[in-house]
Amino acid sequence: MRNALKKFYIALIFLFLYAPIATLMVLSFNASKTRAKWGGFTFKWYAQLARNDDILRALGNTLLIALFSSVIATVIGTIACIAMNHMKKRTRTIMMGVTNIPMLNADIVTGISLMLLFISFGFRFGFGTILLSHITFNIPYVILSVMPRMKQLKPSIYEAALDLGASPVTAFFKVVFPDLMPGILSGFLMAFTMSLDDFIITHFTKGAGVDTLSTKIYTEVRKGIKPEMYALSTIIFAAVLVLLLLVNAAPEKKDKNRHPV
Amino acid sequence: MSKELIHLNSISKSFDGQMVLDELNLTIHENEFVTLLGPSGCGKTTTLRILGGFATPDTGSVIFDGQDITKLPPNLRPLNTVFQKYALFTHMNIAENIAFGLKIKKKSREYIADKIRYALKLVNLEGYENRMPDSLSGGQQQRIAIARAIVNEPRVLLLDEPLGALDLKLRQEMQYELIRMKNELGITFVYVTHDQEEALTMSDTIVVMNQGYIQQIGSPESIYNEPENAFVADFIGDSNIISATMIEDKLVSILGARFACVDTGFGHNKPVDVVIRPEDVELVSPAEGTLQGVVSHLIFKGVHYEMEVNAGGFEWLVHSTALHPVGENVGIRVDPYNIQIMNKPESEDEEAVAIDI
Repeated sequence: MRNALKKFYIALIFLFLYAPIATLMVLSFNASKTRAKWGGFTFKWYAQLARNDDILRALGNTLLIALFSSVIATVIGTIACIAMNHMKKRTRTIMMGVTNIPMLNADIVTGISLMLLFISFGFRFGFGTILLSHITFNIPYVILSVMPRMKQLKPSIYEAALDLGASPVTAFFKVVFPDLMPGILSGFLMAFTMSLDDFIITHFTKGAGVDTLSTKIYTEVRKGIKPEMYALSTIIFAAVLVLLLLVNAAPEKKDKNRHPV
Repeated sequence: MSKELIHLNSISKSFDGQMVLDELNLTIHENEFVTLLGPSGCGKTTTLRILGGFATPDTGSVIFDGQDITKLPPNLRPLNTVFQKYALFTHMNIAENIAFGLKIKKKSREYIADKIRYALKLVNLEGYENRMPDSLSGGQQQRIAIARAIVNEPRVLLLDEPLGALDLKLRQEMQYELIRMKNELGITFVYVTHDQEEALTMSDTIVVMNQGYIQQIGSPESIYNEPENAFVADFIGDSNIISATMIEDKLVSILGARFACVDTGFGHNKPVDVVIRPEDVELVSPAEGTLQGVVSHLIFKGVHYEMEVNAGGFEWLVHSTALHPVGENVGIRVDPYNIQIMNKPESEDEEAVAIDI
């Protein structure tokens, strides 16, 4: 009885959580144009989506920005972690706090402040400004996932490599980097996901004529909701879901290799 | 004595204003097993790190085979280190770990394969080439760390408490293996430990350190039998350290009783410290003893009984194979050559400090 209740409760939670997305997914396969009735199963909205050049261009922008911003943020974030690891404990705690703030900050505040910054420095709004702002908000996520790995790292590993004749650069890439890899990878994937589904910050830092998927959907929806948008949203959701599963799976797998029992 | 290989020339080092090494001078000879022994914080690990190139002294120089290597980075020094916590590369298998240094030196594939086989044989772990470090026990990992260091044919092997994390039995086995390896390889070992037994078992020369100063340098026998001050006596093994007065040459007054000894040259009626090892205290009948007392504690230790005897207001620690029950009146006798006379410490630095292990 108790167990049945527990299961019911969990089912209820998941129902509330996923009912809206499920509705969206179902509607994206609905042949009827109205939301009110089921007109049979179809892929036609997906097909129409694939023929929509605006959407495809936005998709291209989104992927490019996500890729570039997460790669650059991963490099910067990892270097920052190396530096912070060599700081005194007090300074490091302060630095960690400072890097955490942008994550907790409301997106709209980050978005508007980045917009103001770009205006005051005379940047031309467009692909570049979106990329810059995505790099900015991605760095903390990279630091957040690399830093714990960094702390687990035994300093003697690096020293042992030096001792065996490796130059500092060789020592870093041969022994430190592989140990950090799981953290770097999950930081990269997290940054990629964050960039992929950002709307608010992109909205404030994009110029006219440049769109990512999320800002494109927003514009389209204002003109009236077309079923194509259901299809597009479903695709984005699926993509983010897959990425998140990857993020969670990557470090775990590595850890299992590390501690065979 | 063989050729001089390393000379530490008045090395000083401080961290955050805390003096760790103060004007340290030390000479290490070729093919010597030197142990730096002392409690934690005595500067022994810092000395080793300065030798390895991981720390730079504030003043002073490190001379290696006639050349000043004080500023040489660790990757260019002809020494290799075995670290306290193994420091194996966990993402590489055993063969790759051992080959690391050789690959950097661009040795041929055949040479490397040969060396791996030889090193694994030396540390008794043949056939472990493809294992991962994490699948090995602590003792095996430490042996791999040693193998990884020696394939580079260093002139000196630095070992930083390499057996610290191992259990007693394994530690004793490894001690013998290290001595065997040192003899087979014919290279100089500089070994850091806080374990006096380890130091006594393996070393040719022991350097006892405390608070950044060298307290005594000598063979294990001389360190144990003729400690130069109370710190050394206290740190190396159990001992009775008693304030006494040197009445004249070869006669010392301990707790009011006159004991014959063999030391000369301390002057007349001079305050000194005497060290008497617990196994050198003989318990006899009260009439035969130089000093009379009562047994206050008794513990069976396996090889011998450990007793405490209250005599002359001092708790004497006594090791004996003969049993004297608690409460028995006994006499204390010490052979003259078992009484070690030491000058009172001149500075506070030389005094024994609490040993934290």
